[in-house]
Amino acid sequence: MPPRHYLNNGYGISSWLLTRDHKRIALLYLASITLFFFVGGAFAVLIRLELATPAGDLVSDETYNKLFTLHGVMMVFFFLIPSIPATLGNFLVPIMIGAKDLAFPKLNLASWYIYVLGGVFTLYALVAGGVDTGWTFYTPFSTVSSTTNVIPTALGVFITGFSSILTGLNFIVTTHRMRAPGMTWFRMPLFMWSMYATSLIMVLGTPVIAITILLVAVERLFHFGFFDPRLGGDPVLFQHLFWFYSHPAVYIMVLPSMGVVSELVAAFCRKQVFGYSFVAFASLGIAVLGFLVWGHHMFVAGQSVYAALVFSILSFLVAIPSAIKVFNWTATMYRGSISWQTPMLYAIGFIGLFTIGGLTGLFLAAVGLDVHVTDTYFIIAHFHYIMVGGTLMGYLGGLHYWWPKISGRLYPEFLAKLSAGIIFLGFNLTFFPQFLLGYLGMPRRYHAYPPEFQVLNVLSSAGASILGVGYLLPMLYLMWSLRYGRISGANPWGAVGLEWTIASPPPTENFSETPIVTWDAYDYRKPVAGHVA
Amino acid sequence: MWTGTPLFPESASTMAGRVDALYFFLLAVSIFFSLLIAGLIVFYAIKFHRGDPNAVGGVIHGGMVLEVTWTVVPFLITMVIFVWGASVFFAMSRPPDETLNIYVVGKQWMWKFQHLDGQREINELHVPVGRPVKLIMTSEDVIHDVFVPAFRVKADVVPGRYTHLWFQPNRPGHYQLFCAEYCGTRHSGMIGQVVVMEPSEYQTWLSGGAPEGSLASAGAKLFQDLACNTCHRPDAQGRGPVLEGLFGNTVQLQNGETITVDEAYVRESILQPAAKVMAGFQPIMPTFQGLVTEEQLLELIEYVKSLRGLPQVRGPQRGSRVAVEVQTR
Repeated sequence: MPPRHYLNNGYGISSWLLTRDHKRIALLYLASITLFFFVGGAFAVLIRLELATPAGDLVSDETYNKLFTLHGVMMVFFFLIPSIPATLGNFLVPIMIGAKDLAFPKLNLASWYIYVLGGVFTLYALVAGGVDTGWTFYTPFSTVSSTTNVIPTALGVFITGFSSILTGLNFIVTTHRMRAPGMTWFRMPLFMWSMYATSLIMVLGTPVIAITILLVAVERLFHFGFFDPRLGGDPVLFQHLFWFYSHPAVYIMVLPSMGVVSELVAAFCRKQVFGYSFVAFASLGIAVLGFLVWGHHMFVAGQSVYAALVFSILSFLVAIPSAIKVFNWTATMYRGSISWQTPMLYAIGFIGLFTIGGLTGLFLAAVGLDVHVTDTYFIIAHFHYIMVGGTLMGYLGGLHYWWPKISGRLYPEFLAKLSAGIIFLGFNLTFFPQFLLGYLGMPRRYHAYPPEFQVLNVLSSAGASILGVGYLLPMLYLMWSLRYGRISGANPWGAVGLEWTIASPPPTENFSETPIVTWDAYDYRKPVAGHVA
Repeated sequence: MWTGTPLFPESASTMAGRVDALYFFLLAVSIFFSLLIAGLIVFYAIKFHRGDPNAVGGVIHGGMVLEVTWTVVPFLITMVIFVWGASVFFAMSRPPDETLNIYVVGKQWMWKFQHLDGQREINELHVPVGRPVKLIMTSEDVIHDVFVPAFRVKADVVPGRYTHLWFQPNRPGHYQLFCAEYCGTRHSGMIGQVVVMEPSEYQTWLSGGAPEGSLASAGAKLFQDLACNTCHRPDAQGRGPVLEGLFGNTVQLQNGETITVDEAYVRESILQPAAKVMAGFQPIMPTFQGLVTEEQLLELIEYVKSLRGLPQVRGPQRGSRVAVEVQTR
């Protein structure tokens, strides 16, 4: 371990709570999103337990509705959206481009406090009795009918949105202004491109959800007629506004993970990513097209036939850049020097699960087929393949890959491989049966269901229990490794990239002198710096 | 344990086969690409497994031919799926000219069905096999959604407007009906069944119900009770527009725009009369917001429809008459 690094530069609670070091802020985020992940995960466990039998017997219908609502709210707004950008992104964005910190370090700390404040409101809603609108807050149910804590939850989501906006702003300015000499746009690691694309969506999209949520609160409190038809409002208007953000938000969740996978595939094949510029532009293409497809969530909501067709064709188009990425990652493996270490297993798992998630997205973009499967478990399975199979696999892969950089120590490889395998199996057992359930017609958000759906539900619940074990293991052994893990050295993987040229853990200022970049990303032709085989 | 566990839904409408065909095509495409990607990944991971710990990969930057190929091929495949999906959707959105119309009102947490002949049902819908059925739907409170998996159709039921859903059952039987849009506490209890009957059985069923007369006649009575008839007179002497022959026509509004008189316009004109006033009339009609229920609105609409003066196909005698509407649009 280096004698002086960001973790021992100051001790005590205030050295963390008042830090402006992007690396420490990343760890503050890591701790908070992990808390929300396990709270949201506990709700998922209860949901799957309830669904093990057709009758609604474990919890009441009221409680069940609150469980899936809070599961969705916490996982989407407090885990998935900040997951990679606020932790790995915060840690790596400055280092990857040779900067000492983000452009606005104080703003970075402020965004964490805003996130925590939003989280407090949401946890208050939970403690005060929960909320039952679904994470989608559909009107007029949320504004007129629900008698639960809609306002605190809405405020929580509203507030935490600003932390997204500020993080996005910080990353955009940092990418434009803080790159080291010679670090041109097309020499940046692909993770940077995906962070940049994600930041664009955060800055442009999040204000829309903030305003929408505020309108819900105003209609609920003061009976202004925005969405309630009895007050002259339009309930479907809410869905347009909501999905105008929330569809791009899917890409906020998955683009960073794609960036991580590009890094993992390159590092564990020791090879340049095939078609670098195609992968980079695919990220931007997804960010732009992602804003034009929101209507595909509303094919059965009574929009005009022609609007549906336009949204359908655009939804097919947004699938193309994702397909390009999958093909390029696969092609990168050709003639690579492929290691089977844990991060690569996660990368492979990501590609496989994301492929299934993406292909089942085509079922939903095909408007005549979407009519049958929308609002059923087919949708649930599809977006969990994208968000859990995709985002979470990428996040865990990235966490393992950069863990030595973050902590200076290695995680236990055997246990890590075992957990990756458990997660992959548990995930598929949980969510694959849900595709079948969906086509059979089982609607989502059902507390009780007809008995002929039971077998598939039992399989899904069994998978969820395996998945739960799979998620607990990394949390335990990563914490264990903080004290007992083997010292990693600067570059345990023999990877290229500026982050592997500095010590692990890095010093507070990252680079003792500003690096001058004269090489492309993933250039494995030159001797690998600091590599100890 | 596996007995009685279906892996594929039953089919009972003319649309089911078309949706399933598209589903199987997409399944084939998905399996092909999943196996292709998974096969390549596993093959490369084994073949190019790192032997020497210091080895690096080959120097390959990319290849334009491959990039173009895996851009154009998925594009073409998705466009085929788009056109196919669009054609199925067109068929779903365009009911045939002659449909058996049934009104649906959703409320927390039940379904109410109103047949034109006056039969009312709750959470159960009887329809004859082989005839296209059109549901004209609205909600009393929040958004609901009619979903009949065996028919492969689904549509939201939205408060404040009328949405439509049509299907043509092709196999008698009992089929599940779900509410597919989350609507609150007892959402999963908002279920029912569609009973598809042979035409003769359906006739028997029809003649067994209808204690109160047809929907239009209930509307006519309401029209008198609410004193609508004092202004909307058939002789053009009233202060309101003549309703005879009005439904389905295009009329001019005060602001010069034109509008087709459909269910939505009649509804709006009862609840917010001043919103779209016909040219030549004053905005003097009082609102009936809060005075009429969703079901009464449907009766009034059906009454206005019955006045349009177009031939109505009716059976020979009242007891067995089947309300088939000739749709002009």
